[in-house]
Parts: sequence; C-alpha cells; structure tokens
Amino acid sequence: MESIIGIKGKDFVMLAADSTHPHSIMVLKDDENKIHKISDSLLIAATGDAGDTVQFVEYISKNILLYKMRNGYELSPKAAAYFTRKNLADYLRTRYAYQVWLLVAGYDKKEGPQLTFIDYLANTLSVKHGAHGYGGMFCGSIFDKYHHDNLTQDEAYEIMRKCAREIQKRLIISQPRFHVQVVDTNGVKRLEDITTENLKD
Amino acid sequence: MARRYDSRTTIFSPEGRLYQVEYAMEAISHAGTCLGILAKDGILLAAERRNINKLLDNSIFAEKIYRLNEDMVCSVAGITSDANVLTNELRVIAQRYQLQYDEPIPVEQLVSSLCDVKQAYTQYGGKRPFGVSILYMGWDKHYGYQLYQSDPSGNYSGWKATCIGNNAAAAVSVLKQELNETPIPLGDAEDLAIKVLAKTLDMTKLSSEKIEMSTLQRDGDATTIKILSNAEVDKLIAKYEKIQAEEEAAKKEKLAQQQQQQQK
Repeated sequence: MESIIGIKGKDFVMLAADSTHPHSIMVLKDDENKIHKISDSLLIAATGDAGDTVQFVEYISKNILLYKMRNGYELSPKAAAYFTRKNLADYLRTRYAYQVWLLVAGYDKKEGPQLTFIDYLANTLSVKHGAHGYGGMFCGSIFDKYHHDNLTQDEAYEIMRKCAREIQKRLIISQPRFHVQVVDTNGVKRLEDITTENLKD
Repeated sequence: MARRYDSRTTIFSPEGRLYQVEYAMEAISHAGTCLGILAKDGILLAAERRNINKLLDNSIFAEKIYRLNEDMVCSVAGITSDANVLTNELRVIAQRYQLQYDEPIPVEQLVSSLCDVKQAYTQYGGKRPFGVSILYMGWDKHYGYQLYQSDPSGNYSGWKATCIGNNAAAAVSVLKQELNETPIPLGDAEDLAIKVLAKTLDMTKLSSEKIEMSTLQRDGDATTIKILSNAEVDKLIAKYEKIQAEEEAAKKEKLAQQQQQQQK
C-alpha cells in the first residue's frame, strides 16, 4: 500500500519512501522511516507486511555487518543485493515466507552506484530507477520523461517531488510525507522531507 | 608411555603436545615438494611429481595441482587420498559462497574455511587429522594476488614465497637468499622455481615429467590460470641448465687463471 521510490544518478542513488504506517483503514503513524541505513554505503528501502519488513531488513542488515566484522571489508552493493535476494528466495520456499518489497541502494568506490529492485517473489533487477507499492504505478511515466544518465542530485530530488506530487494528486490513499535519503561517495545523507505543504512552493 | 597419548588426536600429552598432529606433519615432510612464489604480475605454484611410470596416463590426471574456482588454484603435499577429500571440500566451499553472493570467494576466506575443517579433525573424537599441507594461490578484488599455506593443525599463513613437503626448509632458505623486498616479474619467478627445485630435489637431472607448474595472472577483468605443458617446463629446465653450465665454465676458467698466476 505504501510507496518506495529509487533513482540512480551518475554517482549517487536516491531513495524516497512515504512515512505512513497504515493498519486496515487506519493510519497508526505518520513519521515512520522505511529507508534503513545498513552501512555508510548501503541503504535498503522496504515495504510490505508491517512486521516482515522490519524483521527481514534487520536480519539482512545484521548479517551484512557480521560479514564486515569477520572479514575486515564490506560486501559490495551488488553482493549485498544478491545476498538479500538469495535469502528472500530461500524463505519463499518455506512455510514462513517474508512479504517484502525492497530497493537496495549502494555506492561502491570501484563499481559506482547500484540500485537493485527486489519484489516479494525475489525477482531481482539492477535498475536505473524503480518503485514499489501503489504509488509506484504513477512514477513510471515521470521517470521515463525526466530520468537521464547524468542526473545530478538536485535533478533527482526534483523528480522525487514530481512523483510525490503525482501520488498525492492521483492515488486514493493519502501519503502526505516522504522521507528522502541519498547514498554517494561521501556516505549516506538524509534530505529534506517532501510534504504536501512544501510541494505547494 | 607415549602410546597413551598417541592414539587419539583429541588428547594432549603431559608435555602439552598433540602427537597425531605432529605425526601428520612428519608424514608431509616426506611428501613431494611444492613451492609457491608471489610475483609482481602473477603467482606460480610448482610441485614435484613422484608417481612417474611409463604406463600411467598423465593426459587425464594432474597429480598435485588443482583448480578451485575461477580465481584460485592449490597444490598439495601429503596423503593424496586425504588431499582429494580436501580439494573437493574447497571447491564446495567456493561454490557455496558464489551461490550466496554471486561473486568469487575472497582468497583468505576460502583458506580459513578449510582450516576450520582441518582444525575440527584435531579436536573431535575418533578421527585422525588430514595428512595434508596445502599451498593456495589466488586473486581477489580486496588484496590482489595472494599466496597461502595451511597445515594439518589448521593453521594458515600468507607468504611471498614458501615451500612445503620434502626438504622444504632447504627450499625456503634458497628462496630467502634469492628474493628481497621488491617483487620480481612472473618470468623470473618461473626461472627461480626451477632453480630451487633443482637444488632441493634428490635427483641429478630435472625433467618435465617430474615437475608440475601452474601460473595465475590477471588480464583485465578475468583471471588466467595456466598449467604449463611438458614442453614449456623442459624449456625452463634447459634455460636453467645452460646458465648453470656457463657459470661452471666461468668458475673453471677463473680457477685455471689463478693456478697460472701461482705457477708464475
């Protein structure tokens, strides 16, 4: 039901996620962070079953940290995304599969930015832009029109705003606030939230 | 008395030793020699082949050098049947990592995983340790070219050049003499490997049937692993013998000159 959006630029990846926490027809919380910082070069945005997302991302994140402790170097974003996919795929074939949709965003000093789209069936794609949730359905055409390979962070943020505006205009479900984070060579940074109010400016 | 502490691997002797492990290492010091040299632009492994028989079909079977995955090769000294079990385990560990992360396993992780297996056989009951020491050469994106050695106790260490098996100590001292801080090119390492083997193997003349050699180099985004053919090894041996003969001749000439001067 909630939306997460990812855009890869020339030397960064930007993620946005709405901050509602719905339960049935009620909104229980309006400041939930769905973008999880795994390390200084890795972010995972997750949506899906409320408990599953937290549990699964925590499991992946702690394992990625364990890898770093054991070996003294980090898993590359590509390997981290593949590891995530593999775990999700293995759980899918048990009686307690996780219902999670993910965007894995990372920056590698050698390999550059990496954005990976993973759905609850563990379909995995390396993408330039991607989105999950009902809100995601409104983003495809915006990406199509405005995304290019040499995108700057300002341009990417502007695309995020366009997506949020479209979601708030067209989607029947209210998503008034989006968290935004970016990962690049300098690490992870949180940007200003996109809200109904500041979208009017 | 020692018998009481000999028969089981899991029991310390009163002096705090594990005899079975020490015996395993002793077994290896009688096995065919293996040596590895870390060069500037690659690595090589060379091994002594013991089973040479006219009737043996060498075309299907390399005795001592095993490829583990796209980036790694190992060579073994010790009981061959034990080594087969361990190389199989190494390949399984490497593929398990590949399956989990979609990239080749970093060299030290593979070595360390296998050493966990080796160590277990020095601790858990009713088993004897593996009578195998292994040299590993490999490349990974974290630390580049690497050379490791592991022994039956489950210890491992990284080296610039090292040797296991028969006469290993002598070979290591030759390597120490020949090498310094600056790494040498792979071509020179090949020559050096032949030289060390010639000096340490108990044979009057080297031949390609008795030596296996393998090199590992990185070309762009791929690792090239090569097992040298008999012809290539023969070439290296011929080169070594030629240099040796020239040195010998020079020495004789010098000696003759000295004698002449003394006569005057």
